[in-house]
Amino acid sequence: MAKIKGAIVVNTERCKACNLCVVACPKDVIALSKEVNDKGYNFAYMQNEDACVGCAACAYVCPDACITVYKVKVEE
Amino acid sequence: MAIQNIIKPENLVYTKSKILTDIPMHYCPGCSHGVVNKLMAEVIEEMGIQEDVIGVAPVGCAVFIYKFLDIDFQQAAHGRAPAVATAIKRLMPNKYVFTYQGDGDLAAIGTAETIHACNRGENILIIYINNGIYGMTGGQMAPTTIDGMKTATCPYGRNNEVNGYPLNITNLLAILEGTCYVTRQSVHNAGSVRKTKQAILKGFKNSMLGKGTSVIEVVSTCNSGWKMTPEQANNWMVENMFPVYPMGDLKDL
Amino acid sequence: MSEEIKLMKGNEAIAHAAIRCGCDGYFGYPITPQSEIMETLMEEEPWKTTGMVVLQAESEVGAINMVYGGAGSGKKVMTSSSSPGISLKQEGISYIAGADLPCLIVNVMRGGPGLGTIQPSQADYFQAVKGGGHGDYQQIVLAPASVQEMADFTVLGFELAFKYLNPVMILADGIIGQMMEKVSLPLFQKRMTDEEIKEKYPWAAYGKPSHRKPNVISSLEIESVEMEKRNQRFQAKYRKIEENEVRFEELECQDAEYMLVAFGTSARVCQKTVELAREQGIKLGLIRPITLWPFPKNEIAKYTSQVKCFFSIEMNAGQMVEDVRLAVNGKTEVAYYGRMGGIVPSPDEVIEFVKTKMV
Repeated sequence: MAKIKGAIVVNTERCKACNLCVVACPKDVIALSKEVNDKGYNFAYMQNEDACVGCAACAYVCPDACITVYKVKVEE
Repeated sequence: MAIQNIIKPENLVYTKSKILTDIPMHYCPGCSHGVVNKLMAEVIEEMGIQEDVIGVAPVGCAVFIYKFLDIDFQQAAHGRAPAVATAIKRLMPNKYVFTYQGDGDLAAIGTAETIHACNRGENILIIYINNGIYGMTGGQMAPTTIDGMKTATCPYGRNNEVNGYPLNITNLLAILEGTCYVTRQSVHNAGSVRKTKQAILKGFKNSMLGKGTSVIEVVSTCNSGWKMTPEQANNWMVENMFPVYPMGDLKDL
Repeated sequence: MSEEIKLMKGNEAIAHAAIRCGCDGYFGYPITPQSEIMETLMEEEPWKTTGMVVLQAESEVGAINMVYGGAGSGKKVMTSSSSPGISLKQEGISYIAGADLPCLIVNVMRGGPGLGTIQPSQADYFQAVKGGGHGDYQQIVLAPASVQEMADFTVLGFELAFKYLNPVMILADGIIGQMMEKVSLPLFQKRMTDEEIKEKYPWAAYGKPSHRKPNVISSLEIESVEMEKRNQRFQAKYRKIEENEVRFEELECQDAEYMLVAFGTSARVCQKTVELAREQGIKLGLIRPITLWPFPKNEIAKYTSQVKCFFSIEMNAGQMVEDVRLAVNGKTEVAYYGRMGGIVPSPDEVIEFVKTKMV
């Protein structure tokens, strides 16, 4: 059976920690990091990598175009 | 599967449009403007019209949109963008011309320019961000501020007797002969973002078909002005703004 | 090609000259006493011949902002109005000046303040030459005194606007706009193609090719240091205009002991006044500023040692007289005579006034 695996890359310097990607993610993949970027924002990151399906909901709602999304079909 | 094996060019499904510059957008965290600016860039890139598009920037929070989109721009005086765009399109009919305006710009000071550009059926696209407040000047009452909503100039809530009624200008524009496509959208979740993008695409295409003016109202949040988190602002918008400004097409010829 | 001479109103001459000189767009709103400009354009339908766009806007505010949009596209665009309408256009003119854009604005003046009168006046002198809108800016101001000059200055106005990337105003009055005279219209010039515009005006916002940065037409600069630099650049441009573009006419100045200074319709009155004065043995001359900004201050100053009194003759409460005084700088006497409310002074009135100052 094929399974979809996804991953996101966050442009941490562009991120303003608005948290909208965290809310948008249907799989609870994303969280705001404890670290901060140069502007002092707790940027978004993949907390739960395995759960990502690459749906890109986070990237659609991101107001700062920080999120790049990848997706691959994996045969099991 | 190791994450390095997923993050490969051939697996890319979404990335920042090249039309969006690397200059960080100055909007507040979570602001709807960012999403709409991003969608403009995506549509311009996908249509391949960078060389043929001219934007008209407003006065208000989006005044610096010309720094974020890698296209030619004219920055208009407050409310005058539709007049500026009228001349650009009339003098260069083979170009895509759009205005990007907030509610103060479009529905208060620029009411005359907006209504008359639409009534003449100028073949332009008007993007109208309605967040019910003046963001840039610090959260004052807008023509679209809804009843009871608190702002810096109606600190006890908008009161019809004192402040008049929220202006639903999109409904007015829809009844004009000159408009061909009038729609009300939002960008608060993935589905609504996709729909708004489709609307922008249609609006740009219309402007080359000689059908008249396309108007896209994006009911938006101003979480800073509303004094909420971005998430709370989205929820508040759905609950309170959508009943006054309902989603969907008002006209599609 | 033989010269084509026609009889027409000053307002009509502007419309015909605009079409002929390759104007790309006219945007206006009707107001007396200049409505014939747009009426003539609509009658001529130049969009069928030269491709010129003519549009009746929703207001003067709309019209001037259309001019901004057209100018930002590198196009040769203009508007026209009369005093109250020009007041409405001031915001847009300031933006046009602030964005280094060329355009032609015609003001066929009527009496004010407020709705005032539809009769001719010169009461917008201050507004035109001292910068009617906000911020430190100048526009070149041309003052025609005949129907011929209405046509000529339309062509000249565009030339100067594009030479300096600056708004140019033709400051006429209701008489020059309404009166009929014979006029030799300018030869036809082709409108520039979009390709020619890209080549000649690389700053214009016509759509960004991949090889260059975006062209942004804007008067906005948040950084104070940058904004001051921009202001300094404007001032340098204005000094250059003052150096190169002063235009004026002299009549019987050589031996003049008394000197009239007048523009537009009052200059026509003063021409007759000089004639009458000379018949009576009074050594009277006339300097007619053609550019009100830049003002012919040095040319006036040249006569301070020979002239006993300068007379600024105006159809207003005394506006240009301030610039005459600045030019004369206390070296000799300066007097003002004028009428307001749409009344044109007569040569007899002027000569009687001159006599009161004669020693």
